[in-house]
Amino acid sequence: MGSAGRVVLVTGVSRDLGRRFARAVAADPSVDRVVGVDAVPPRGDIGEVSFVRADIRNPVIAKVIVKEDVDTVVHMSVISTPGSTGGRNTMKELNVIGTMQLLAACQKAPGLRALVVKSSTTVYGASNRDPAMFTEDMEPRRVPRSGYAKDVAEVEGYVRGFARRRPDVSVTILRAANVIGPLVTSPLTSYFRLPVVPTVLGYDPRLQFLHEQDLLDVLRHAIGAEVAGTFNVAGDGILMLSQAVRRLQRPSVPLPPFAVGRVGSTLRSARVADFSPEQLGLLTYGRGVDTTRMRTELGFEPARTTAAAFADFAAPLPPTGGYADRLLARVAQGLPEPAPTPGPLTGPVPAYTRGADRG
Amino acid sequence: MGDAEIIPIGTRGRPGRGTGKHPSSAARGLAAGGRPPAAKAAPRRTGPASGGAAGTTPPAAAGAERPATTTRDRSPMAGIPASDWLAAVQHGAREVFGEQWEPQLARFLAFLRRRVTGDYVVDEYGFDQEITERFLMATLRPIAQKWFRIEVRGVENIPAEGGALVVSNHSGTIPVDGLMTLVSIYDHTGRFLRPLGADLVFRLPFVSSLARKSGATLACSEDAERMLNSGELVGVWPEGFKGIGKAYSDRYKLQRFGRGGFVSAALRTGVPIIPLSVVGAEEIYPLVGNLPSLARVLGLPYLPVTPFFPALGPLGLVPLPSKWLLEFGEPIRTDELDGGAADDPMLVFNVTDQVRETIQQTLYSLLMQRESVFK
Repeated sequence: MGSAGRVVLVTGVSRDLGRRFARAVAADPSVDRVVGVDAVPPRGDIGEVSFVRADIRNPVIAKVIVKEDVDTVVHMSVISTPGSTGGRNTMKELNVIGTMQLLAACQKAPGLRALVVKSSTTVYGASNRDPAMFTEDMEPRRVPRSGYAKDVAEVEGYVRGFARRRPDVSVTILRAANVIGPLVTSPLTSYFRLPVVPTVLGYDPRLQFLHEQDLLDVLRHAIGAEVAGTFNVAGDGILMLSQAVRRLQRPSVPLPPFAVGRVGSTLRSARVADFSPEQLGLLTYGRGVDTTRMRTELGFEPARTTAAAFADFAAPLPPTGGYADRLLARVAQGLPEPAPTPGPLTGPVPAYTRGADRG
Repeated sequence: MGDAEIIPIGTRGRPGRGTGKHPSSAARGLAAGGRPPAAKAAPRRTGPASGGAAGTTPPAAAGAERPATTTRDRSPMAGIPASDWLAAVQHGAREVFGEQWEPQLARFLAFLRRRVTGDYVVDEYGFDQEITERFLMATLRPIAQKWFRIEVRGVENIPAEGGALVVSNHSGTIPVDGLMTLVSIYDHTGRFLRPLGADLVFRLPFVSSLARKSGATLACSEDAERMLNSGELVGVWPEGFKGIGKAYSDRYKLQRFGRGGFVSAALRTGVPIIPLSVVGAEEIYPLVGNLPSLARVLGLPYLPVTPFFPALGPLGLVPLPSKWLLEFGEPIRTDELDGGAADDPMLVFNVTDQVRETIQQTLYSLLMQRESVFK
């Protein structure tokens, strides 16, 4: 669909996913030129991408868009944690003011055809009143009042406003589930990289993941397809947190909610793990999103399911637990192979298995 | 009166009980195999030689000079050879798993390993079929069959496949009736009932994770329609807390049926509504009082006082063994109504009333048939 000679502007190229996406787009034959924009230069190799050092929080961005004759903007610089940029105020400025400036610049750009915004399913929040699967039309049950979730909600609001003012531009909002992969550094991946994983006592949330490669693929697909609308993007299926931790073969410590929050803030101040406050809600109540519209309207199919994406993330991590499995494997060696179709057990199941099941 | 007998304390140096230095006469008798110690006097040996053998073999012929038995000799593994242990384990496995114990045990270990490594599948609501079948149902079944002696009628009204909405009365202070319906339907039809629970269920720790694992989801129209569309058997208790937390004096009086949201969901998805009347659940915890202020502090809809709870503490949580009757009524079809029926409030109210009346009438007739509460 994309005519030859498209010029794509990508924001947030200083971070790993943004940089890799810009490189991937630059390799696309239908794309003529890729301009990467960020306040700080990217660390890795950006290949054919021409980097412009510009802060999207000031009007310089408008000049870049006009001068480079950009027709497609991919907004990827909505960040979930302050990280190295400073405190929460800086993060909020980058996310909200940055998006406002970018959209203002886009509105003045006559040649603009498409805007793709990478959003997050965090916008749905996480609470005990949530439906099992959020569709794109549903509102969060508890409107987020702070942090990343509020930023994302505000960013989406401004993007919808832009879509109303410029109906000729195809605006695609991609609400990505938690992105996971061996190279991703996010609050959730650093949580799973802890040697002992703290969980919330008495809750077992449902989690959905999107593989990093699938995120890059869906963004490229959105540039080409130019389908306007909001789409949930997530891998198929659900993993429970307990299941995910068991697959990692890492021990978990159930803690009461306030203790998990405190552990999280301690880890954050110690720079061990990037633990964001809204993560506690996710780790308590979990979240699932419906991806029917992604398949039918956007026409995108993620290559990896939630479980496969998590397995790819878990592969390079050394197990710090898994003793129970090794013990069971040793016992099982002395016994014949179980039948391929395990029928239900006859007779009562011994009570001691309950404890062993916890792993 | 004058000649009091002096009973000496201790054994005065003679071998006796418990000096620790010499074996007692009883012990000597046992150790020597019944032979009198006098016969052993001839092959008298020196002390250290017999001491070296301690710990491995029981010193059968130690005689009078055998050193005292110490706890070292009695380590739990000392006397039982490995083959006996193996035989005991095999015997135990045979007792638990039957004659085919080896494949059974292997299968069981495979199951355990699947659980420990997380290699199992849950559906999008978090329903864990394996755990539900093996643990939840196995735990609830004896309670349903032995404690409440549940009698199920009208099972043929539950469709063998496809979506259907089971609507039931709610009672019993704690939602035991939901769990019992779950296990009764599974045992009679092999289908899993997917309960719709209040948001309180998903706020409480432990309860929430157990509810999701056993197939429950939030009682909201989105989830109900999603489940019904995917052909699940969904269970709903429209009275909610009004029904379950009503006083014992109001037993078997149906409360208001919410806003009829369950009827709209059934109308939109075109699935039949199956009314279910449960008799017996009202009597398990007779609710005679309520502690509203304490309940408000704890964020609960009510805090029950029964004749035994909190007076008897945890013992008061044992439900009374009432006799239960479950009757599934004739399905009320909704697929014949036209598409916009769900948006017609009058029609929705009419169907709601129809379901409510059916359940109430069935409750009355079941109460007439019941001999007594406990029989």
